[in-house]
Amino acid sequence: MSVKVAANHGMGDKELRKEFCETLIAMAQEDERVVVLDADLMNAAGTKPFRAAFPERTFDCGVQEANMIGVAAGLSSRGFIPFTHTFGPFAARRACDQIFMSCAYAKQNVKVVGSDPGITAALNGGTHMPFEDLGIMSTIPEMTVVEPCDAVSVGKVTRLAKETYGTWYMRLHRKPAPVIYEADSEFTVGKANLLRAGTDVTIIAMGYLVAEALKAAEELEKEGISARVLDMWCLKPLDVEAVLTAAKETGAIVTAENHNVKNGLGSAVASALALGHPVPVEMVGVQDEFGEVGQVPYLAERFHLTADEIVDKTKRVMSRKVTRHTWEKISNDLATAINELRSCTNDVWTF
Amino acid sequence: MNVKETKEFAINIRKETIKCIGHLGVGHIGGALSIVDVLAVLYSGVMNIDPADPKKDDRDMLVCSKGHAGPAVYSTLALKGYFPMEMLNTLNQPGTRLPSHCDMNRTPGIDMTTGSLGQGSSSAMGIACANRLKGYNNYTYLILGDGEIEEGQVWEAALFAAAKKLDHVIAFVDYNKCQIDDYVENLCALGDVAAKFEKFGWYAQNVEDGNDVEQIAAAIEKAKAQSGSGKPSVIVLNTVKGKGYSKIEGSLGSHNMPVTDEMVTEALAELDEQLKAL
Repeated sequence: MSVKVAANHGMGDKELRKEFCETLIAMAQEDERVVVLDADLMNAAGTKPFRAAFPERTFDCGVQEANMIGVAAGLSSRGFIPFTHTFGPFAARRACDQIFMSCAYAKQNVKVVGSDPGITAALNGGTHMPFEDLGIMSTIPEMTVVEPCDAVSVGKVTRLAKETYGTWYMRLHRKPAPVIYEADSEFTVGKANLLRAGTDVTIIAMGYLVAEALKAAEELEKEGISARVLDMWCLKPLDVEAVLTAAKETGAIVTAENHNVKNGLGSAVASALALGHPVPVEMVGVQDEFGEVGQVPYLAERFHLTADEIVDKTKRVMSRKVTRHTWEKISNDLATAINELRSCTNDVWTF
Repeated sequence: MNVKETKEFAINIRKETIKCIGHLGVGHIGGALSIVDVLAVLYSGVMNIDPADPKKDDRDMLVCSKGHAGPAVYSTLALKGYFPMEMLNTLNQPGTRLPSHCDMNRTPGIDMTTGSLGQGSSSAMGIACANRLKGYNNYTYLILGDGEIEEGQVWEAALFAAAKKLDHVIAFVDYNKCQIDDYVENLCALGDVAAKFEKFGWYAQNVEDGNDVEQIAAAIEKAKAQSGSGKPSVIVLNTVKGKGYSKIEGSLGSHNMPVTDEMVTEALAELDEQLKAL
């Protein structure tokens, strides 16, 4: 394993946007191709230190997301590596066609960063709460779609984005988050990270739900259930091998995402399983609803994005597992039914 | 710029454009023919380019944001030697390097992928930002359609260009007065286009006959003289849709239409007459 999982998962003391900005500055110092664009949200993204360090390589466009993405595409066509930022919904929804044509279709090297994934949009409410961005971005061919979950992974994934040619969409939670990784972890594009070994069931989580999945796995262990936990930080390309191995070895899957289960992680995993190794699946995530205003803990309860929900759905998916016990029960039931049918048939004959 | 040669070049671009669209039998002929004269001027020594080295880093660049005019750009590039003339007949054929809309990854000499209207305006500004970062004094040329500037993104880019003082951008508006469903005036009237750009902080010029190579060249000279002023330049070209083939000139239906062998023969004869008259 190339990642090292932290011993405990208490709340980190570093804002994720601080790690993001520090990584951008470090990369820009090493590589003059790195440039930053924003649409009047540098304050929110915490990237003002980048502007102070590299004023000529910073393009704050004002409130014009579509133009920002197009300008980034132009910079990319001349060899620069642009990182653009706005809130996730305004990247994925408002600038979707610009990301599609000027970036992905034109085979550019633009890194689109969308902040405040899902319920972390909190007090900005339903208008700003992207439960659809991963689905929109994943449907564009050749896009890489990622969501780091803690400060270490934000740094690692931002670096990978710079080092890997192509157009990326990266979700960015701005605030502190529970610590998941040790600093010397190594991430590989398209490879899920195994956070916890387990044999009875696998929980595949992303972003905000990774920490909840680990909490859920601890709860389940107390009840004698051994849950494997994968961080599917790279939604596209999906680590199909890890999904199918989990299905073969543990026989049941729970997905957990801070996004609509439609066209997000749940759909992607279910699709891979259907094609490769069908097993029962339960999906923790937003059940095709719009977001609403509230603090994160309220919204987590409101949309059932909690460790408790993962525990419940894990138990449910395990009840659907086809085990040796299940097969024995089915064959016993079948034998009884055949006997009943036979006696019934005898009655008929007798009659 | 040699005026006679440039006019000849324009007529030859028109002939090749009509031939390659006619070879397929259908295409965006009207809006391709209307921008031929500005292409002829740009590729007659105005742009610093080298067909033998299409990726030369400090070259001048062209973003044809009205990407559906691809056939006119391809004809220009072929005549300049970017690729063999025979390739023009592959237009829109399976596996072609010449798709309906401009594609930088398929066609030598195309600097930006376009097709979804409005987007080339922003990518041109990005190219200009990049060139400035590289310390170049080269120009970024941008061709916009008149219907295209109904897109909001064009005006986002217009604001941005002025705010960032991108004074090595020279944009053209191909004001041929026709769009798909109706005349621009009836559909979503643009008013005084040059005045609008001026209010956005651009140096704006109107060219009375946007199909006259001398008038176009003079306007580009004036625009270049503005470099250093901090203002991007726009040149509104009053053009005729379908210019050069009188049967379709100024017609709404010429945006994307069938082009038969008979039409090709007729158009080429007319263009040959124009060549003789030079």
